Amino acid sequence: MKALAPLALAGAIAITALALAADARIDVAHSTIKATFRQESVPVEAPFRKFSGHISYDASNPAGSTASIDVETGSFDMGDPAYNAEVRKKTWFDSDAFPLASFRSSAVRAISATRFEATGSLFIKGRSLNVTVPITMVAAGGKTAFDGTLPVSRQAFGIGDPVWNDVIDDQVNVSFHLINADH
Amino acid sequence: MNATPDARTYTRTAVSLHWLIAALIVVALVMGWVMTDMGITPLRLKMFNWHKWVGITVLWLAALRILWRVTHRPPAMVPMPAWQRFAAHSLHGVLYLLMLAQPLVGWIYSNASGYPIVYLRLVRLPDLVARNKLLAERMQELHGTLGLVLAIVIALHMLAALKHHLVNRDDTLRRMLPWLP
Repeated sequence: MKALAPLALAGAIAITALALAADARIDVAHSTIKATFRQESVPVEAPFRKFSGHISYDASNPAGSTASIDVETGSFDMGDPAYNAEVRKKTWFDSDAFPLASFRSSAVRAISATRFEATGSLFIKGRSLNVTVPITMVAAGGKTAFDGTLPVSRQAFGIGDPVWNDVIDDQVNVSFHLINADH
Repeated sequence: MNATPDARTYTRTAVSLHWLIAALIVVALVMGWVMTDMGITPLRLKMFNWHKWVGITVLWLAALRILWRVTHRPPAMVPMPAWQRFAAHSLHGVLYLLMLAQPLVGWIYSNASGYPIVYLRLVRLPDLVARNKLLAERMQELHGTLGLVLAIVIALHMLAALKHHLVNRDDTLRRMLPWLP
């Protein structure tokens, strides 16, 4: 039995490390992901209420940093039940078939002491596009917040019937303010 | 230019403002009635914006109209019983109040719902309130109620004018429609 002790200890450490890594997750209560778009020149802003993922940045090893975010498309909240039901439909997010919109980083590159770029895949509605997201680190109550805005083309992901094109701009700015939970 | 052609009628400016505002209010009321029953289509979205532009235009013009009204003496009323005079003045007071209040409530309703107003797609008007779901619900209700009250008050105003013209056969309507035979 004694021979197994070091193994058990190594296992315990490994599990703890895994748990820690898993804990380095986004604190949804203090983070925001929202979309801003223009309809008939009117800027409209609406948040996604549910999302999860992790984001980490190691200045000494930017290439080893990763970001992975999953956003529930059905949690897009325009503040009105009828509009919320509409955006979940097939022509928009098609939330039943594609409940998640995701970003998975594949490369992270430092720009300055407080800024970096995460290049990766953006998956929305069954389509994937390579995007580069500029991210700024800002202090937020003793923690680091990861802030940024990514312009997304609705048409590139087939979001919204073309009849809406003269009313709602193609470009939607997805902005985020992400803070990791304590661990 | 704005000289009174006849002391028994309103000035041309007052007459123009009256009928322009009247037409815009009817357009806004009809649009408000129709668009809120529409499904979610691009037209509905456009209608909401046009409705807001028309409403804001009424607000500017009503402010101008009231400014003109307090600086220019209106023509004398035709002789009528005191209660009718009082009723007419009261109705006008309510109309002026609604012409200002209804667009303002709509403006607050729009802002509280998270929609700034971009007048004629050109000028972003200042937000009167921040986004607030509860306030938006209250304002939605109030805007609908005031729309109904406005329609009723306008109907009473028109009926009274027509009654003077067709029943009493006096000059009341001619004060606001000088070219009437």
